[in-house]
Amino acid sequence: RQALEEMRALYERNQADVSEAKSGRTDLIFLIRFRHCCLLRNQRCILAYLYDRLLRIRALRWEYGSVLPNSIQFHMSAEEVDWFNRYKKSLATYMRSVGGEEGLDLTQDIKPPKSLYIEVRCLTDYGEFEIDDGTTILLKKNSQHFLPRWKCEQLIRQGVLEHVLS
Amino acid sequence: GDSDGDGEELVLTPAQLIRSLEQAWLNEKFAPELLESKPEIIECVVEQLDHMEANLKRAKRGDLKVSVHRMEIERIRYVLSSYLRCRLVKIEKFFPHVLEKEKSRAKGEPSILSPEEFAFAKEYMANTETYLKNVALKHMPPNLQKVSLLKSVPKPNLDSFVFLRVLERQENILVEPETDEQRWVGPWVFPRQCGTVRDGDMMQHHACPRREYTIDLEEGSQHLIRYRTVAPLVASGAVQLI
Repeated sequence: RQALEEMRALYERNQADVSEAKSGRTDLIFLIRFRHCCLLRNQRCILAYLYDRLLRIRALRWEYGSVLPNSIQFHMSAEEVDWFNRYKKSLATYMRSVGGEEGLDLTQDIKPPKSLYIEVRCLTDYGEFEIDDGTTILLKKNSQHFLPRWKCEQLIRQGVLEHVLS
Repeated sequence: GDSDGDGEELVLTPAQLIRSLEQAWLNEKFAPELLESKPEIIECVVEQLDHMEANLKRAKRGDLKVSVHRMEIERIRYVLSSYLRCRLVKIEKFFPHVLEKEKSRAKGEPSILSPEEFAFAKEYMANTETYLKNVALKHMPPNLQKVSLLKSVPKPNLDSFVFLRVLERQENILVEPETDEQRWVGPWVFPRQCGTVRDGDMMQHHACPRREYTIDLEEGSQHLIRYRTVAPLVASGAVQLI
């Protein structure tokens, strides 16, 4: 916001000089050009900063999933939250269009599979968790389970489960 | 096969299909730009996966084959996901250029974006443009309110080097001369270097004719070469990036 203020101030000064220059004071041209360069630089910096933030927010979708933790959302502007929601939706539409009826969740299978089942320890009280053959498992804090890898991936990323490497 | 105009029917065995997927995956992974989309491969692989899943559901529990097949499914799904993810990353990274390339594509040329990817890319662009406009640009002085994303977002670096294996023998591949910025001493044929001699504090450049040269690519050989030189060969399947 400060940068925008500065830009506005610079621009107004430039405007004044432009109209002066037009009326024949050619010695001001350099000053005008200099201010214009400052303005352009400011514009570039602002856009670079905002764009970089967008890239980080995009990375959040891939790391955390579609629901962002509150602590992170707190640091985002309303427009950034908007952008995130739109991105999320666009990505979901794309993923659904690939791979048959249910679509293919591209945020899974980030690493090549090493084994089918993995040992996981539960870090928090999560509750009931259903696996493919219909059985439900109660995920209580500190309980350990031997579960299918593909089911655990998202929970591992969210920090609910921890992969135990023996 | 029939040249119907609208693409040939690919009849591949499952093993060949997966090999095609892996080749497309590796190429996409190592190429600096977004490559042609391969909708046929993706469609067939998805079908294959559904088929395998259905088979698994019918199998007896505890059957050893189940584990092996499930592992195979996981592997294939990983490669497919990785491939599509890689493409999405490139689409997002180069979005104005990717869209521009697609818009200016000639009729007969193959598409680099699937229709779904195209929609995604357009949405990404619109989303980002709207955001930048609302948060920053519209608050800026009038003559600075427009910005060309095509100019601001960096293009893929086609001069980056890639490792490749030759699948089909190629003759007389033209290698462009190096510019001063691209100094590479390769393990095999390289152009006569622009001589620079340090004479005290001064660097003196010999006037050297920039030479193009041609190389032959033998089948099975491996090379490290600038992507730009071999881009059409990657597209045609004559070389495989590794």
